[in-house]
Amino acid sequence: MRHLLTTENLAADTATAVLDTADELKRTLLGREVRKLPTLRGRTVITMFYENSTRTRVSFEIAGKWMSADVVNVSAGGSSVGKGESLRDTALTLSAAGADCVIVRHPASGAAHRLAGWLADTGTCVVNAGDGTHQHPTQALLDAATLRERLGGLAGRRVAIVGDVLHSRVARSNVYLLATLGAEVVLVAPPTLLPPGVEHWPVTVSHELDAELPAVDAVMMLRVQAERMHGGFFPSAREYSIAYGLGEARLRLLPEHAVVLHPGPMLRGMEISSVVADAPRAAITEQVRNGVHVRMAVLYHLLAGEGEQA
Amino acid sequence: MSEILIKGARRYGEGDPVDVLVADGVLAEIGSPAAPEGCEVLDAAGQVLLPGFVDLHTHLREPGREDTETVETGSAAAALGGYTAVFAMANTDPVADNAVIVEHVWRRGREIGLVDVHPVGAVTVGLRGERLAELGTMARSEAGVRMFSDDGHCVADPLIMRRALEYSTALGVVVAQHAEEPRLTVGAQAHEGARAARLGYSGWPASAEESIVARDCILARHAGARLHVCHVSTAGTVDVLSWAKDRGTRVSAEVTPHHLLLTDERLATYDPVNKVNPPLRAEDDAERLRQALADGVVDCVATDHAPHAPQDKDCEWAAARPGMLGLQTALSVVARTMVRTGLLDWRGVARVMSERPAEIAGLPDQGRPLAEGEPANLVLVDPDAEWTVRGPELASIAANTPYEGMRLPAVVTATLLRGRITAREGKIG
Repeated sequence: MRHLLTTENLAADTATAVLDTADELKRTLLGREVRKLPTLRGRTVITMFYENSTRTRVSFEIAGKWMSADVVNVSAGGSSVGKGESLRDTALTLSAAGADCVIVRHPASGAAHRLAGWLADTGTCVVNAGDGTHQHPTQALLDAATLRERLGGLAGRRVAIVGDVLHSRVARSNVYLLATLGAEVVLVAPPTLLPPGVEHWPVTVSHELDAELPAVDAVMMLRVQAERMHGGFFPSAREYSIAYGLGEARLRLLPEHAVVLHPGPMLRGMEISSVVADAPRAAITEQVRNGVHVRMAVLYHLLAGEGEQA
Repeated sequence: MSEILIKGARRYGEGDPVDVLVADGVLAEIGSPAAPEGCEVLDAAGQVLLPGFVDLHTHLREPGREDTETVETGSAAAALGGYTAVFAMANTDPVADNAVIVEHVWRRGREIGLVDVHPVGAVTVGLRGERLAELGTMARSEAGVRMFSDDGHCVADPLIMRRALEYSTALGVVVAQHAEEPRLTVGAQAHEGARAARLGYSGWPASAEESIVARDCILARHAGARLHVCHVSTAGTVDVLSWAKDRGTRVSAEVTPHHLLLTDERLATYDPVNKVNPPLRAEDDAERLRQALADGVVDCVATDHAPHAPQDKDCEWAAARPGMLGLQTALSVVARTMVRTGLLDWRGVARVMSERPAEIAGLPDQGRPLAEGEPANLVLVDPDAEWTVRGPELASIAANTPYEGMRLPAVVTATLLRGRITAREGKIG
């Protein structure tokens, strides 16, 4: 891997190699008192976050630190970005300052692609930590790691992704990665929150959550952002919650073994009830835990696996 | 005034080659005129002679963004592209919503003298869509404004649009609409379709254009006014225009070269050189537009030439300004999409790039027949030559072309404005 920008063209063996490395790292670190590996000593990783984020930024930072990389966090507010510097100049500056890897989150779809283009002549690699409504590949990888762990594998498994697919980079990343890894995906949402051309995606589409739940191995609930409630995408939070929220009654429609995922941050009481979020079959804190290992694996494959073909 | 003998060109690419003597700004003699002493000779063997092109939709950026284009550099690009008249859009800074600005632009065009620069006046004050600009004062100014548009913005309020259309009938001018229902394009970044959705661009739906075109055709018909639709981009708009024209609405429409050739396939690059408003559409839209231009449902080609500074394009997509250069590539794109495909012959090119736009804007001495006594606003085209587009080599200050590195057919070898050579072999004058 030169960069990690999208799951859409990620080969199955590359994705599997990253997931296997994540598993291995998790086993290695399990029960250790000092969670520090020397693997990326001397490497510099810079996170550039142009959107607020707690879990993703912290997860990348910890991943880098556990592998002994020097991690520097740049946020849009506290940098020259606030003075109007262009994304290109910021990227070239960070690369020139010695970044081996730039991890970027940006509200514009394609921002990570642009960055990779501007840094093509440098040795700096780019990890997309979320670009607009396009992709968030490490989220999909950590979801896959969690599902593999819970379900024993992904081939032939059926995953429902529920909610605001239209605006969700998590949904896009998961749709392609899950399809690549052999899972079936069903998208469940009102027509207003489904993207145009979804019939060309490797998915099936449904507007009826209750009809889908009995046949799935996992259900992934997407956050409904507050601004959608005022955008006319659905009549009210109450109606949305009734039709597409995951409460206790719906939980009973799921097969015994089925897993509940949520990329966070959750809106308890909206797309997911508090009881469901804390139920044993919810893997939400495991997702966060696996996120660190998956991001360690990604950094490993980008920075330590030089010369490796992907 | 010096005399020029054009030797061996075929008018409209038809019939036998003829020699054309240009004198006193007109086509003095056609056939085998003797070369007067000291007359300049243009060897045009194998070339096509056409009336000079007329662009109803150009952004010359003066006043306000002279770092990207000026009347002078834009005029040079126009002459090199085969144009003898261009209409400069009103979205300058300050906005061309009053006689002072339109007269400034008009006068700059005259001083430079490479192409007739006709300022377009704004329909509403500051392009804000709230109250009518002084259309009459601009029409009666020295600039003699013939066309009004808030281009870049839609005159979205139906009442304001109705009033503008009604008021325009007394002035004999045309209102050109940038058809985009703004409520349907909040935050829009790219053509709403499968590609944009997959790549995470928020969508600019075809319905935002089609609903305004339909509304305006209805308003124009009731007002008895003339409406011109800027940069038609969707197959559905072609249907609406066809319907409106069938029932006698006085509506005309333009299509840009980029909507004839390029599609939203370009979105995968995330390179904002492909960002334009209205956005590049799907293949079936482009195909329909080419057919509509051939059929006459869409009247003419207009460039929407839109220079932008490097920093406004070399950035993330959402932050980039929409628009692309067009004056020097228009003919070649039309040759590739319309002539090489057999949809138009060169007489058809004269119709869509010169005669119809001149008619729509009411220019009496442009888009005229290639006949003795007619004004010598001419372009010579080598139909068999090809060239490779290089943004920095274009005459515009800006270099934002989506055709960078592309090999295109047909080369403008000379442009004449009222009998004077304004461009020749890729050079000015």
